[in-house]
Amino acid sequence: MNLKTFLLGTCSAVALSGLAQAETLTIATVNNGDMIRMQKLTEDFTSKNPDIQLEWVTLEENVLRQRVTTDIATKGGQYDIMTIGTYEVPIWAKQGWLLPLENLGADYDVDDLLPAIRSGLTIDGKLYAAPFYGESSMVMYRKDLFEKAGLTMPDAPTWDFIADAARKITDKGNEVYGICLRGKAGWGENMAFLTATANAFGARWFDENWKPQFDQPEWKNALDFYVKLMNDAGPPGASSNGFNENLSLFQTGKCGMWIDATVAASFVTNPKESTVADKVGFALAPDTGLGKRGNWLWAWNLAIPAGSQKAASAEKFIAWATGKDYLKLVAEKEGWANVPPGTRTSLYANPEYQKAAPFAKMTLDSINAADPKNPAVKPVPYVGVQFVAIPEFQGLGTAVGQQFSAALAGQMSVDQALASAQQLTEREMTKAGYIK
Amino acid sequence: MARNVSTRRKVVVTVVAWTIGILIFFPILWTFLTSFKSEAEAIASPPSLLFFDWTTENYFEVQSRSNYFRHFMNSVVVSFGSTLIGLVIAIPSAWAMAFSPTKRTKDVLMWMLSTKMMPSVGVLVPMYLMFRNTGLLDTRTGLVIVLTLINLPIIIWMLYTYFKEIPGEILEAARMDGASLSKEIIYVLTPMAIPGIASTLLLNIILAWNEAFWTLNLSAAKAAPLTAFIASYSSPEGLFYAKLSAASTMAIAPILILGWFSQKQLVRGLTFGAVK
Repeated sequence: MNLKTFLLGTCSAVALSGLAQAETLTIATVNNGDMIRMQKLTEDFTSKNPDIQLEWVTLEENVLRQRVTTDIATKGGQYDIMTIGTYEVPIWAKQGWLLPLENLGADYDVDDLLPAIRSGLTIDGKLYAAPFYGESSMVMYRKDLFEKAGLTMPDAPTWDFIADAARKITDKGNEVYGICLRGKAGWGENMAFLTATANAFGARWFDENWKPQFDQPEWKNALDFYVKLMNDAGPPGASSNGFNENLSLFQTGKCGMWIDATVAASFVTNPKESTVADKVGFALAPDTGLGKRGNWLWAWNLAIPAGSQKAASAEKFIAWATGKDYLKLVAEKEGWANVPPGTRTSLYANPEYQKAAPFAKMTLDSINAADPKNPAVKPVPYVGVQFVAIPEFQGLGTAVGQQFSAALAGQMSVDQALASAQQLTEREMTKAGYIK
Repeated sequence: MARNVSTRRKVVVTVVAWTIGILIFFPILWTFLTSFKSEAEAIASPPSLLFFDWTTENYFEVQSRSNYFRHFMNSVVVSFGSTLIGLVIAIPSAWAMAFSPTKRTKDVLMWMLSTKMMPSVGVLVPMYLMFRNTGLLDTRTGLVIVLTLINLPIIIWMLYTYFKEIPGEILEAARMDGASLSKEIIYVLTPMAIPGIASTLLLNIILAWNEAFWTLNLSAAKAAPLTAFIASYSSPEGLFYAKLSAASTMAIAPILILGWFSQKQLVRGLTFGAVK
């Protein structure tokens, strides 16, 4: 064996033992633009923490939810960091499934997190997940179509104005529809939109004694309004449209207005993807004068499962990914418009960000206008704007969503849909022990 | 005497066959075409069939974002491994049921098939716990075991029907000549049933390659096969249709090519014994 071979062998042995010592964090995450960007930027983290390696598991939202729920409920320990929504955080924290994040570091600045988002992730004064990006809902509209119809969109429109404008803009002959709204059944699909909208109409899912409220006039008003509006001014087949379907309709110039997640703003204003990129305006989600706007609140957050063997490294990563420096890093590499929105107050005070993201102010106002603890006009026993943060809601929301989707498709009347929603919710809530 | 087939009939049959063929193949073709479009063109309405700016950007993007080769190797190990182990178990058991049936053979066969009737999600949590306790979560070994178990009833059923076509007298003759049980199965039965075994093998590799429920639920990063690779490109918020199509094309290409080269075997095996 000559010296060269010997040296090479020693080097590789040293390198291998170095690798063996490095701790590998497995991170489960959703497939969206901001998360993918983070995966590309992880070199910054691994160069600062050479003893930690990252392994990504990217999944579609619903698959991810099923995977991480199975894993955490059985303490499977496959993931060291999980990406979970604001719906899961309070439920999982109460179950004792998550570790509180108490060592995020001195320069993390927890107080800089947006209060509305932070409050949804805090249980008994402890932060159980760190927000990676946050969103609300708002109105996106075509400025050119409004101008043509002689309309001006106010910053804070009412539902009556929206309905009137939608009917005026609609030109079915040219495949232009006044308004595109979610209709596909699912608790995170049409029910996210309809629950939030119902809040603006004074409706609520349950009264203080957990009695379902679908038999009340507020729900009837809300659902009637939605179905009539969509029949008059919505695209055909709206009952199977979710976020992506509406996004593609809006981007190809077929919608006058679209009320959906604020994250859509960066898509519809991107000239690479959207044919209407320079014609989009933004407004707050509409209200009916009752004091609540139909805008939701959602954040994707990073959390550590309880019992994790690698909690210290995991927390280090979370502090990096949701910290202020990460926002700067994205801005440096990809520009301010691509910074994950909706988590930190300081971002919205940054003049460079305001310049790069025309939707920044509207996003911030929308997030601040949402109040998960008091979502409806009347008092409610639950937390959550577009959902009810109880474990039963996934099943319930989807079942009710199917009724409402059927009403939109014309397979049943609004009254029938509400009656069966009431019946099935009552049954489930009695079974689950909420109604005594 | 050959049947006299009129030209008109020939034309009609050809047109019908092609129409059905194209209908069945269309989703794959569409995925393939979409994978060469930009994201904006992928959602364009009306869509363009062939006349768009062809780009391979999506493939580069997919390649740079995920480790295709690792997922591919996992798929190969899991699908071939589970099928081969399945065959080793299934050949003797199908032999037993085909050549020395008892009163209860039909019931046993039915019982095996009945395990396929249960929705997988019903046993997810117990399976998950067993895998967790035995340290099999996110391992190729674990996936091979579960896919072997899942496909075993189909393998046994297929082999059983092929073996039934083989005259028992041939095996008897081998026995008369002094062949032991293992020799009888390996040297007499197996060579005669090769077309059937080959098509069972191919069909089960395809089934295991495409199995998505268990492979997604019992793997995370290390053992994740191509099903997880595709799933990572699906998104309810954001349009990644072109990239998703590129990922799908990359995932189905190997099995499509395998199927293409072995279609003769596949068809022969599937129709084995159908015409007497």
